[in-house]
Amino acid sequence: MMLCVASTLSTFAVNAIAAVDAKLDKGLAIAKERKLRDSGWQDSKASLSMVLNNAQGESSDRKIRINTLEITNDGDKSLTIFDEPRDVKGTAFLSFAHAAKPDDQWLYLPALKRVKRIASRNKSGPFMGSEFAYEDLSSFEIEKYRFKYLGDEQQQGQSSYLIEQIPTDQYSGYTKQLVWLDKEHYRPLKMEFYDRKNTLLKTLTFSDYAQYLDQYWRAHTMTMVNHQTGKSTTLTTHDIAFQVGLSDSDFSQSSLKRAR
Amino acid sequence: MITGISPSHSMEVRGQVALEHRQFFEQGNTGQAREQTSVTLEPEFYWEWQSGQSSITFTPFGRWDSLDDNRTHADIRELSYLYFADEFEFKVGISKVFWGVTESQHLVDVINQTDGVESVDGETKLGQPMIHLTWLQDWGTVEGFVLPYFRERTFASSSGRLGMPLLDSDSARYESSHAQRHIDIALRYSHSIDIWDLGFSLFQGTNRDPYLQGENPSAITPVWVPYYAQMSQISTDIQGIFGDWVWKLEALYRDSLDTSTAVTGGFEYTFIGVLDTSWDIGVLAEYLYDSRGKSAPVIGQNDGFVGMRWVANDMAGTEVLFGVTQDFDYSDSRTARVEASSRIGNAWRWNVNAWWFNSDDQQDPLYLYRTESFAEVALTYYY
Repeated sequence: MMLCVASTLSTFAVNAIAAVDAKLDKGLAIAKERKLRDSGWQDSKASLSMVLNNAQGESSDRKIRINTLEITNDGDKSLTIFDEPRDVKGTAFLSFAHAAKPDDQWLYLPALKRVKRIASRNKSGPFMGSEFAYEDLSSFEIEKYRFKYLGDEQQQGQSSYLIEQIPTDQYSGYTKQLVWLDKEHYRPLKMEFYDRKNTLLKTLTFSDYAQYLDQYWRAHTMTMVNHQTGKSTTLTTHDIAFQVGLSDSDFSQSSLKRAR
Repeated sequence: MITGISPSHSMEVRGQVALEHRQFFEQGNTGQAREQTSVTLEPEFYWEWQSGQSSITFTPFGRWDSLDDNRTHADIRELSYLYFADEFEFKVGISKVFWGVTESQHLVDVINQTDGVESVDGETKLGQPMIHLTWLQDWGTVEGFVLPYFRERTFASSSGRLGMPLLDSDSARYESSHAQRHIDIALRYSHSIDIWDLGFSLFQGTNRDPYLQGENPSAITPVWVPYYAQMSQISTDIQGIFGDWVWKLEALYRDSLDTSTAVTGGFEYTFIGVLDTSWDIGVLAEYLYDSRGKSAPVIGQNDGFVGMRWVANDMAGTEVLFGVTQDFDYSDSRTARVEASSRIGNAWRWNVNAWWFNSDDQQDPLYLYRTESFAEVALTYYY
């Protein structure tokens, strides 16, 4: 009899593990499909604005341009040029995102003509004082997370997958992220970021999606709300062009120095 | 603004204008005033064509100073033509180049002359005429420089502050018979591999750091004149990133009027988001060494530097740097600095810089600055 109970228990445990495995498998499969559908765009040039709002109702504007080069089997390369506020005009930021190791990052300070390397841990720090962390703006790579499918939910009126993402990088500022992807196009509609104490820190909402090259979707409005400080940041893409002919040499320290 | 999809021709003007006031805590050694106010103007004109492959940059600079005629000066920081293709860059004209990684001093940075009247930290440089070729390869970047004209260092006048008493900077002497027309050359290799940034440089030409020589030492008031010797220098700058740690090293071997080695090295460690805020706190420590020891005409011959950088990551971009340099040969010699700045609105920024100098040994070069501690407030408008 005892044996029978033990056997039943172990069967139950095996089934439970199998169910968890299935959720992990499905989570990974959905993430891979998301990545696959956003592969092959090669390069892009975008101009964006960022509006920072604090809890007291004050706001501050930023203007940036981002050139991005898609890298197969690793994170993307990007060059960000700051136009406003005017005291940082001419400052430029070069990032080589990596799938399995910390990103390489350099900042160019035009007044001194100096290129400064930035410690990779800075990825969890705020980008230009905004509610976006550097890592929130880095490219989406499968190796950066462990995935788990949590179920189906309606999100912004669309039938969506709910996926949990656990960052694999020890320097990430998050213990987990929840992502809602629409089932039709695998586009992120909403993300929740949980801090190192596993409490909800920020919510990011994606809207104004437009399709490019008949395939690639980009959200033209991304709003990040920090629940712990009451601050928010809206990142708006005004202009984006794909396959403009950027190459590796546009993402060197030399190109960082002459970026304008 | 030049937008992402740029037209074939384009022109742009930007720049800054600043009002600056220095308040010294004591009268100068020769009775110089405690107040020093100045206005600076630095516009930048930029033209580009061929989608930016060819461009001309013109950056004049001017300062008007209430106290110091030498500090009232103008310079062309940049007037250069740049052409770039995939694998190379060609630049000709007056320009600025920065080499190095450390914070407390910029040991290996020798292309541009220091604009000695501008700031105490030596970070402000004069424009240097050059032909600059850059060759970009997967295995690194090789740069060649031909520098056909030498710029003399600027010094504060006798009525100004932070200068050297009894210095006759107008009577500079040269080792080379070509004087300012000696053609200097430099070569640099640099590369980023994984967590490492590496640079190796060679320089052959006029030493940017003048030796100060006594003129007519038997006179009642001897005068010092700058002597610009020739030098050959080999140097390296290395930086490695290990998580929150950035390790930095600059080292050189210089054969000039004397032969010396010098090293500056240390680290910066950054605490991200301290105390559950968006603040970053960086802790810096560096050691400064020069083989000439006490006879070295520099302050950092056997010194330690510790500093703290506080970055608020707020809307205004508020930052504060605090640093102390302690001389290990002269135990009473130390300097301390505070640099704070923040933005006002979209186009203004304020800065507060303060320097404190302490030295009581006449042999130490810092002794000349013992009464020169000051605080400076600046307001800059960017357009």
